[in-house]
Amino acid sequence: MSVPSATTGPGTGGTGTVRSRVAPVTGWGRTAPTTARVLRPASYDEVVTAVRDCDGRGAIARGLGRAYGDAAQNAGGAVLDMTGLDRVHEIDAVNGLVVCDAGVSLHRLMEVLLPLGWFVPVTPGTRYVTVGGAIGADIHGKNHHGSGSFTRHVRALELLTGDGETRLVTPEDEPDLFWATAGGMGLTGIVLAATIQLLPVETSLMTVDTERAADLDDLMARLTAGDDRYRYSVAWIDLLARGTKTGRAVLTRGDHAPLDALPARARTAPLAFRPGRLPAAPRFVPEGLLGRTTVGLFNEFWYRKAPRERRGELQRIATFFHPLDGLPHWNRIYGRSGFVQYQFVVGHGQEETLRRIVRRLSTRGCPSFLAVLKRFGEGDPGWLSFPMAGWTLALDIPAAMPGLGAFLDELDEEVAGAGGRVYLAKDSRLRPELLARMYPRLDDFRTLRALYDPRGAITSDLARRLAV
Amino acid sequence: MKDAFGAPQSLLILGGTSEIGLATARRLIARRTRTVFLAGRPSEALDTAAEGLRALGADVHTVPFDALDPASHEVTLGKVFAEGDVDMVLLAFGVLGDQARDEQEPLSAVHVAQVNYTGAVSASLVCATALQNQGHGSFVVLSSVAGERARRVNFIYGSSKAGLDAFAQGLGDALHGAGVHVMVVRPGFVRTRMTAGLPEAPLATTPEAVAAAIESGLRRRAETVWVPGTLRVVMSALRHAPRPLFRRLPV
Ligand SMILES: Cc1cc2nc3c(=O)[nH]c(=O)nc-3n(C[C@H](O)[C@H](O)[C@H](O)COP(=O)(O)OP(=O)(O)OC[C@H]3O[C@@H](n4cnc5c(N)ncnc54)[C@H](O)[C@@H]3O)c2cc1C
Ligand SMILES: NC(=O)c1ccc[n+]([C@@H]2O[C@H](COP(=O)([O-])OP(=O)(O)OC[C@H]3O[C@@H](n4cnc5c(N)ncnc54)[C@H](OP(=O)(O)O)[C@@H]3O)[C@@H](O)[C@H]2O)c1
Repeated sequence: MSVPSATTGPGTGGTGTVRSRVAPVTGWGRTAPTTARVLRPASYDEVVTAVRDCDGRGAIARGLGRAYGDAAQNAGGAVLDMTGLDRVHEIDAVNGLVVCDAGVSLHRLMEVLLPLGWFVPVTPGTRYVTVGGAIGADIHGKNHHGSGSFTRHVRALELLTGDGETRLVTPEDEPDLFWATAGGMGLTGIVLAATIQLLPVETSLMTVDTERAADLDDLMARLTAGDDRYRYSVAWIDLLARGTKTGRAVLTRGDHAPLDALPARARTAPLAFRPGRLPAAPRFVPEGLLGRTTVGLFNEFWYRKAPRERRGELQRIATFFHPLDGLPHWNRIYGRSGFVQYQFVVGHGQEETLRRIVRRLSTRGCPSFLAVLKRFGEGDPGWLSFPMAGWTLALDIPAAMPGLGAFLDELDEEVAGAGGRVYLAKDSRLRPELLARMYPRLDDFRTLRALYDPRGAITSDLARRLAV
Repeated sequence: MKDAFGAPQSLLILGGTSEIGLATARRLIARRTRTVFLAGRPSEALDTAAEGLRALGADVHTVPFDALDPASHEVTLGKVFAEGDVDMVLLAFGVLGDQARDEQEPLSAVHVAQVNYTGAVSASLVCATALQNQGHGSFVVLSSVAGERARRVNFIYGSSKAGLDAFAQGLGDALHGAGVHVMVVRPGFVRTRMTAGLPEAPLATTPEAVAAAIESGLRRRAETVWVPGTLRVVMSALRHAPRPLFRRLPV
C-alpha cells in the first residue's frame, strides 16, 4: 500500500495559476479576522503551483476551518482551501487501510468506511474536520487514553514542503519530518494525501455507560479507576457550579457495540450511518444572551437530566461523539466578538493545579457551557503535538468578557509552571514567550522548517503571532 | 498579529509624544505590545517618550515624521512597514490652535487645518495601503467630540476634526472586507497639555480613560468609540438641538 504520487492525483495539469478570491478568514471562534487570497486547488499540481507562486507573505493549508484560532489563516498571503482535494483513492477492506486526499473530511470517511465495517482511528468532537487538519493538529479523541492521537495511526503521508518538493513521508524513513508534521499546525508543508490505519467495528452503534460525579475529586477518582475498561471516555463538567459542587460532571464512556448487543430488528443493517442534523443556528444573536445566568441554568438543567447511573445504552455515533454537529454554525451564537476556547493539559501528579484552575474558573463565573475533562494516555512523538499523559480541560468563553485576556494569561502561567501546555489548535491568544516552555522541541521544529523551507513560503497568522 | 482580543503586538503612533497616545501605548504594552514606533517631529520630548516605554520592556524606535510635510509620508512611514507587520496604527497628532488668534490670523487657522486634516489624510492613506497589503491591522483615529457639531468657541479646530472624522469613517467603509479595522475615537475634554489652562468641560476625562476605551474598542472591533461613553447620548441630543438654542448653550 502506498500513497499515490503527485502525478496520479486528480489532474488538470500544472499550467497557469489557480483561481483565487480575496476574502476575510477566521477560525471557528471567529476572532481576529484577517484577509488573504483564498485558493481552492483541484489537483496536486495546482497546490504545487500555488506554493511555488506565493509571494513574500507565503501560503498555509486550510481544511474545514475547525481550529478555533488563527492556525489556518494567513494575512496578506495565500490560504489553500484543501477541501477541493477530496478523493478517497483506495480502501483495503481486509487490512483496514485507506488512502485518501488530505481534504477528505472524517464525516466522508465514516460514510464510506462504516458500511465496510471500519471506523476512523480517532475522531474529535466534530466530524467536520479534514484528514489534513487531523494531522496538522495531531487531534485526539475520547479514546486517547488507549489509542493515542491521530497521527499514531497514519502510516504514510505525501507532503509538499516549502522548497517545492513533494515527499513521501513515513515514520520509519523520515521520522523527523513525519513527527514534526504531526501537530505541526501545517507549518512543515502541505499534506496532499495520507494512508490511515482503521479500526474494525461490527456495528455503527455505541454502547454507552453514563454516570454522574458529584465534584471534581469524585470525577478524577472515577476516571482513574474506570477508564481502562472503556475504549472511549470523557466527562462534561459544569464550571459554573460552586462550593461543594465545584467540578460536578457527567461521565459518558463506551465502546462500539458488538453485533449481539443490537436488538434483532437492528441487526439487519448494523452498519448504517445516520447522523441527522438540525437547522443552522441563527446568524444574528443578541449580545448578552450568553450571560452567567442563562448558561448557569442550562448547565443545571443538563446535570439534573443526566441519569445518576445508566449502563449499556445504545447510541448513534453522532450522538456519542459529535453532539454539536447536530447544530451547524453553532459558533455564531457568540455574536460578532466571537469566542475563545481554552484547552490545556497538565501531567499526572499536577492534580492540585487542575483543582486550582477549576476553582478559579468557577469563582470567576465565566459563562462557559459544559466544559470537557479527559484523562489522556501517553503522548505521541509529534514535536508540537499537544497530548501528554495527564488531565486535559477544554472550555468555551465569549471573547467580549472584560478582563478575559489577563485572566487566561494567569492560567497559562499556572499551566506552564506545572509543566503543562495549551493546545495550539484551540489557541488564539497565548503569550509568545510561553510557547518554548510549553513545547520544548520548538527549537528543533524551527531548525527543521528552515531546512525544508529556506525561503519561508509556508507560514500562518499563528506562526507570526507566536513566532513559531 | 493581534490576539483574539484585538491586542496588538506592534504599534505605530503618529504623534509620538501625544499624552493620549503614550497612555494607550503603556496600556497595550501591559498586554501584548512588544514593538513600538513613535513617529513625530524629532525632539527631546520624543526621545524621552521612547525611553519611558523602553523602561516598560518594549522595543521602541523613533521615526521622524511631520504632519505638515505630506510629501515625505510615503517614504518615512513606508520604512516602518518594511521592518515588519504593524498590527495597529494610532493617529494621535493634532493641534488645538487658539480660536481667537486663528480668527484674526488666517494663516494660523490654516495651520490647524493642515495638521489635523490634510496631514492626517496623507498619513492615513499611506498607512491604509500598507495595512491592506499585509491583510490585517487596526487603524485608530483620534477624532474629537468637537467635530460632531461645530461650536462658536472652537469651530476652527472643530471643523478640522469634522473633516478628519468624516474621512476616517469613509476610510473604514473603503477598507471593510480588506481585513483592516478602522476605529474612530471621539474623546470629550481630556486633561492633557493640549487642554492645560483651559476651563474644564463637563464629563472631562483622562488619557488613561481614553486608553482603556481604545483597548475595549479593539476587543469588540468597534467602529466608533466615545470617551466617556455617556457622550454618545449627550451628543446625539446636541446634534439635533435647534441653532438658536445651540448657540446659547454653555458648551
Ligand atoms: C466542535 C469542535 C470539537 C472539536 N473537538 C476536538 C477534539 O475532541 N480533539 C481535538 O484534537 N480537536 C478538536 N477540535 C479541533 C479540530 O479537531 C482541529 O482544529 C482540526 O485541526 C480541525 O481540522 P480542519 O480540517 O478544520 O483544519 P483547519 O482548522 O482548517 O486547520 C487546522 C490546522 O491544520 C492545518 N492543516 C489543514 N489541512 C492541512 C493540510 N492538508 N496539510 C497540512 N496542514 C493542514 C492548518 O494549516 C492548521 O494549522 C474540535 C473543533 C471543534 C470545532
Ligand atoms: N486633549 C483633549 O482634550 C482631546 C480631546 C479630543 C481629541 N483630542 C485629540 O487627541 C489627539 C492627541 O491629543 P493629546 O491630548 O494627546 O495632545 P498632545 O499631548 O498635545 O499631543 C499632540 C501631538 O500632536 C503632535 N503634533 C503636533 N503638530 C504636529 C506636526 N506638525 N507633525 C507631527 N506631529 C505633530 C505633537 O507632537 P510634538 O511633540 O512634536 O508637538 C503631539 O505628539 C489629538 O489629535 C487631539 O486633537 C484631544
